[in-house]
Amino acid sequence: MSTLQMERREFLKFSVAASGGLLIGLYLPGASKLAVAEERSGSIFMPNAFLRIGIDERVTVIVNHSEMGQGVYTALPMLLAEELDADWNKVGYESAPVDPKYNHPVFGMQITGGSSSVWSAFEQYRKAGAAARAMLIAAAAQQWNADPATLRTGSGVVIDGANRKLSYGQLAETAAKMMPPAKVTLKDPKTFKLIGTPVKRLDTPEKINGKAVFGIDVKNPGMLTAVVARAPVFGAKVKSFDDSHARNMPGVRKVAAVPSGVAVVADSFWQAKLARDAVRIDWDEGEMHAFSTSQMMQQFREQAKSPGKSVRRDGDPDAALAKAAQKIEAVYEVPYLSHLMMEPLNCAVDLRADSCEIWTGTQFQTVDRAAAAKVAGLPNEKVQIHTTFLGGGFGRRATPRSDFVVEAVHVAKAAGVPVKVVWTREDDMQGGWYRPAFLHAIVGGVDASGNPVSWKSRLVGQSIFAGTMFEGMMKEKGYDPAAVEGVDDLPYEIPNLAVEYHQAEVGVPVQWWRSVGHSHTGFATECFVDELATLAHKDPYQFRRALLTKHPRHLAVLDLAAQKAGWSKPLPKGRARGIAVHFAFESYNAQVAEVSVTDGRVRVHRIVSAVDCGHYVNPGIIRAQLEGGAIFAASAALFQELTFENGRLQQTNFHTFPVMRMNECPEIETYIVENNEKSGGIGEPGVPCTAPAIANAVFAVTGERIRKLPMRMTEAV
Amino acid sequence: MISFNVNRQRVNLDVDPSTPLLWVLRENLGLTGTKYGCGMAQCGACTVHLNGEAIRSCVAPVSRAEGKEVTTIEGLSPDLSHPLQRAWMAEDVPQCGYCQSGQLMSAAVLLREKPRPSDEDIDEAMTGNICRCGTYPRIRKAIHRAAAMMSTGEAK
Repeated sequence: MSTLQMERREFLKFSVAASGGLLIGLYLPGASKLAVAEERSGSIFMPNAFLRIGIDERVTVIVNHSEMGQGVYTALPMLLAEELDADWNKVGYESAPVDPKYNHPVFGMQITGGSSSVWSAFEQYRKAGAAARAMLIAAAAQQWNADPATLRTGSGVVIDGANRKLSYGQLAETAAKMMPPAKVTLKDPKTFKLIGTPVKRLDTPEKINGKAVFGIDVKNPGMLTAVVARAPVFGAKVKSFDDSHARNMPGVRKVAAVPSGVAVVADSFWQAKLARDAVRIDWDEGEMHAFSTSQMMQQFREQAKSPGKSVRRDGDPDAALAKAAQKIEAVYEVPYLSHLMMEPLNCAVDLRADSCEIWTGTQFQTVDRAAAAKVAGLPNEKVQIHTTFLGGGFGRRATPRSDFVVEAVHVAKAAGVPVKVVWTREDDMQGGWYRPAFLHAIVGGVDASGNPVSWKSRLVGQSIFAGTMFEGMMKEKGYDPAAVEGVDDLPYEIPNLAVEYHQAEVGVPVQWWRSVGHSHTGFATECFVDELATLAHKDPYQFRRALLTKHPRHLAVLDLAAQKAGWSKPLPKGRARGIAVHFAFESYNAQVAEVSVTDGRVRVHRIVSAVDCGHYVNPGIIRAQLEGGAIFAASAALFQELTFENGRLQQTNFHTFPVMRMNECPEIETYIVENNEKSGGIGEPGVPCTAPAIANAVFAVTGERIRKLPMRMTEAV
Repeated sequence: MISFNVNRQRVNLDVDPSTPLLWVLRENLGLTGTKYGCGMAQCGACTVHLNGEAIRSCVAPVSRAEGKEVTTIEGLSPDLSHPLQRAWMAEDVPQCGYCQSGQLMSAAVLLREKPRPSDEDIDEAMTGNICRCGTYPRIRKAIHRAAAMMSTGEAK
């Protein structure tokens, strides 16, 4: 049954009077501007969990995925509005509270990840819109005493045979009394008016006037700010601490030990940060005190010499290799990487005796709520998470251990008042949960005509799933699928193929980083296939084509990228192109990079990226994700690396872990394959091809293979 | 007591003069559109105007603002009418949006000084502003678009 009265959300509006008399109204996130309109509009049509229509004509779509830049606050409302036949100018968005009804229909929990938001919502949101439309038609039929079958809809109105119109706002009250339809009919995709069009993002206005509320912007009455001194070495524990100076510093209200370190709670961030830096802590550094990434990589190289767990085995790769006309071996290495969202981690908590409210930018609401409830000693239902805008996510804010949420609840417990924990950039970078470092040792061979006959990949690196709630997925297969994704399904027609994996055990917390396993498997496999092409004296593009005849969707993006890049056209002296193709998150991507190398510096001039992500919703957002994916990946390929010595991270901030800047950014052209295949992902698929396309282009211009990231060109020129 | 103007309103504040202007804007004045990204003038998320010049407010002690005019993203225009804001909408620039206040404030100074900036001018003015989502190509287009709008008198 539909309910007329929506639950009255706690809506707080308050003013902060600065001492100069400047008055600023602040809205609490979770209660959007639209909520204000609803307060005024009174009666509301709320046919299901995903939609509200007010008598003021506002259509509010409740989005069960987190907006971290990938455009879900636009794409999901588009799906619903399409079937609702809403007036797009009246459509707004609101973040969903934590509730099982907002669970990901495939993953079974509230989560934003795996480039899955659009495909998982594709039917869910359309059905929600179609059901509401049917109820609005039924309401109009009742008012006009007409047969619903004679009525149609158009841009926010129901229309009868005589062209009379009733707007959705006018019908909201009556529609709320209608039974939801038992069955809904969805539009024929050929009649889509919104889906498939590049409508502008709904969230742009509030992101360009300073109004958008990110987690770090949350300000609740009486709330203090905390900064935590965390372990300098993973696994280290506080032995003792001296806060005699810190606790007497201005604004400091409390210094308390928490499981992750020592929290300093103060009136403002700056006061908390200065006092945090003044706490003297004696750490028991534990097992990781001497950890070094250079030693770890040396161990990985040793491990790669022995067979690992078998992931895939076609034919007899060893026999085929023994008979191959020519062979090549290569070892590819990639480092630990930070997600480095522009907004450092933060989490605000208001913990009461019988409730816990959390404001944060998270990708993992269900998991975070359960973890917070456990620390708070409350049942799950007593914990609510208000999902703010995320100032970037890239996987870091989907932490199976809910590290930043759990810690904030501990701090709130210790503080005894509402508190917001804010991480500095350095805290964020040193906080762990990185993209794992990986090594790929690959051997391959071609026959006398240059056809590849054998490929053996051996991977060494940490498992992301091990020790988490996702471990069950490993047990099924006997290995972590996220470690080998992208090489276990190598599409090239090679009759003898082996993939093996050594799960490395290292005490560095690791996690999914935009494109997860594909972030390294794409690099290693697409560089190695290029090396085989060179061995076979064949053009890298044509060499791939010949091996992909059974994979038309790979071929289509490869051809499109090559054609648009002018693959065979000559370039000015000193420039060359590289190519790569990869399938990830149900989408196909190919990229051609054009580079030059001067004094050991790689300059990427142009990237052409072609994608097949099936039936798409908003091509403007798809292009933005391809542009952003390539830049994200190029930053990593060219500049980024986390290294440890004596257990301590050597990088601290943007100056030692650089991000590509405006003056380094290539021209990026994006192309989308048109088809009606099932929708695939778009947030991550644009990442894997960039590093190998650049590396292969560097080879084409210098004759030196790049087998280690980030690219160091000192020997290559 | 420190006195200065923020978006043309006078403020008098009793704060430690060494506190970075960024945190005074965000916490004492509630102007949270200006963002914290690095705390060491590396990323540009905290860019505001001090007497019309783009500065990194995360490393500027609030005492530097004494008697001066500070403009934040909230003061760029009251109604999204600044040519850059209109161009940002037309090009659908933001993704996560976190860096965009700083990008806009840097671009506003660029356009005032060079109404028809070249790509090199854009590189020079915007290289201090990091965007992790990779909106640079759209920022570049939007700056050119805003410049064109201003030259044809389309803007207010």
